[in-house]
Amino acid sequence: MSVPHDWIPANTPGATVGAPPREHVLAGLRGTDEGPDLVQLLTPEGERVACPAYDAHVADVDTAALRALYRDMVLVRRADREATALQRQGELGLWVPLLGQEAAQIGAGRALQPGDMAFPSYREHGVAWCRGVDPAALLGIFRGTDHGEWDPAATGFHLYTIVIGNQCLNATGYAMGQKFEGRVGGPDAQATMCFFGDGATSQGDVHEGFVWAAVYDAPVVFYCQNNQWAISEPNERQTRVPLYRRAQGYGFPGIRVDGNDVLACLAVSRWALEECRTGNGPVLVEAFTYRMDAHTTSDDPSRYRLADELELWKLKDPLERVRVHLVRGHGVGNDFFDELAAESDELAARLRAHCHAMPRPGPERIFSHVYAEPSPELDAQRDAYLAYCASFEGGVR
Amino acid sequence: MTVTMAKALNDGLRAAMEDDPKVVVMGEDVGRLGGVFRVTDGLQKDFGEQRVLDTPLSESGIVGAAVGLALRGFRPVCEIQFDGFVFPAVDQISSQLAKLHYRSQGRLRMPVVVRIPFGGGIGAVEHHSESPESLFAHTPGLKVVACASPSDAHWMLRQAIAADDPVIFLEPKRRYWEKGEVDDDPPPLHNARVLRRGSTAVLACYGPMVRTCLDAAAAAEEDGHDLEVIDLRTLSPLDLDPVFDAVRRTGRLVVVAEAPSSVSVAAEVAARVQEQCFHSLESPVLRVTGFDTPYPPSRCEDDYLPDLDRVLDAVDRAVAW
Repeated sequence: MSVPHDWIPANTPGATVGAPPREHVLAGLRGTDEGPDLVQLLTPEGERVACPAYDAHVADVDTAALRALYRDMVLVRRADREATALQRQGELGLWVPLLGQEAAQIGAGRALQPGDMAFPSYREHGVAWCRGVDPAALLGIFRGTDHGEWDPAATGFHLYTIVIGNQCLNATGYAMGQKFEGRVGGPDAQATMCFFGDGATSQGDVHEGFVWAAVYDAPVVFYCQNNQWAISEPNERQTRVPLYRRAQGYGFPGIRVDGNDVLACLAVSRWALEECRTGNGPVLVEAFTYRMDAHTTSDDPSRYRLADELELWKLKDPLERVRVHLVRGHGVGNDFFDELAAESDELAARLRAHCHAMPRPGPERIFSHVYAEPSPELDAQRDAYLAYCASFEGGVR
Repeated sequence: MTVTMAKALNDGLRAAMEDDPKVVVMGEDVGRLGGVFRVTDGLQKDFGEQRVLDTPLSESGIVGAAVGLALRGFRPVCEIQFDGFVFPAVDQISSQLAKLHYRSQGRLRMPVVVRIPFGGGIGAVEHHSESPESLFAHTPGLKVVACASPSDAHWMLRQAIAADDPVIFLEPKRRYWEKGEVDDDPPPLHNARVLRRGSTAVLACYGPMVRTCLDAAAAAEEDGHDLEVIDLRTLSPLDLDPVFDAVRRTGRLVVVAEAPSSVSVAAEVAARVQEQCFHSLESPVLRVTGFDTPYPPSRCEDDYLPDLDRVLDAVDRAVAW
């Protein structure tokens, strides 16, 4: 762990520590620079670099495994681009793009074991993929036909949480439950991973989650994808210090990983989850990445950030470095990439067809599942409304 | 000249900031971006970062810090980005903002405005279409108002900022882009307003439902129904004298709101009208509201939200009673 003088220039007045100079912004070092502690295993140029602390956690990743990670990223990016197009065509009311965060999500998602639990925010389409949630199942939220149609218990993937930071306390409580049930320290140990963004770190729920997890030694990995922007607000609106260093104040380790390096994200996530399973939780992981698209399809980033910044981050693209590494380091040929391109096209076509075919829920959906136990009062409201609908010609309003 | 409601609010904020250097605007994305609905567009550029604060992403922080700024003599105007995000701030609103004047026996004033875009009808995802007004109207110490037109948006916001009590200021987000004139002679903040005189029945409404009720009244003419439309404008305190007067003339009242009906502002209006106008009523007071459910997936919102058909159906039931 480095000391403050490593990252605060000696002559910087305290109150402006968080505000980066323009040259830092353009160098992709917005807010809190990458610093000396960034864990990286694969450089943006696709070169595998030794990282003694974490290499062992990905020692099993051979060519096939690396290809699988690349495939994951290509497919979730393609699904993301297709959903963005569907929104543009009016088929979805909104989409929340993950573009640029594929490595951060696939690395973490593939580190999770089947018995683990994940609590997403609303951008974790890549983690959903790793938990076996079909991308088609995500569309309903954004088409307005449901609030999340997958089974959280069966998939180990909680529903999306839109209110910023709420899930950090929920994940902590879930992890406390894992511990109370003795699922820490043994062969059947489990852990929880909680996903949130840099903006969320300002929310009370996140800080309270850190406190609770620390006090109860909860087996939870707080996985912060720092994509540099909370809609229009850069990191310096949320923090003076690199986010991973916040963990120290709560009494648990904080690690910053190159969020565009899938191998590093996998290694650090595996390590962090193992820490939790063996009773050394919680852990904070800050995946240092970049939101390459808008906050949502309703957002226009050109109003608040420099185009140059995006261009520089494109050089750190999470997919490209793996592609280069597969070709140069593993001799993977065109066949693989061609087949993957075809598979991507199939996935996109399937998503599009699924979206077009999604039925509009009937009015009874409004009243269903409000309570677990019967509510005669609500049933009466439902019946009155359905009777009213039936009074129209053809029985439809 | 007609302006959109969003622009009328923007102009109102600008005027209030020019009038009083202690007025500060604070919220998420209100500065450089100008707010997700552009209501604060250009204000940070003209008034600087110390008067238009892009705050950390924390609603409890926005309102809690506004309380502190108010203690120091500022007049904060907080923006909560969407209705469904206000709940982290409800602790500060309920425990401090609403009670400090009372607890300090009047020594401390809380001239804080909390602006909240509210209501549905825009096809949004969860937590972006809620109507939490009854929660605030049920909290003594808060004043709660809802604008429905560009003119009211402009003047009510300026009046709310000038007021010495905390005001929850509700903006019907689906009406942000509807245009209208801004009047020269605004009514007081806490007055209801008769928008249309009628003799058959009264529609009492506020916020996004005002446009719906005016449309319903226009459509009802074809059926020979002459409907009075009253924009309540102020939900706490309520100004029901114009409603009592109209009910005494027509004998029938339909209260229209997007929020769930149980334990709501609409319920309070119905209760008070029955206390004050019992002998004038020709039919029970009816409510046309959202249902007592969480806000549904947006493809269901046309069923959830009161619309012209449901309002007129209630009028028919009241007339046929």
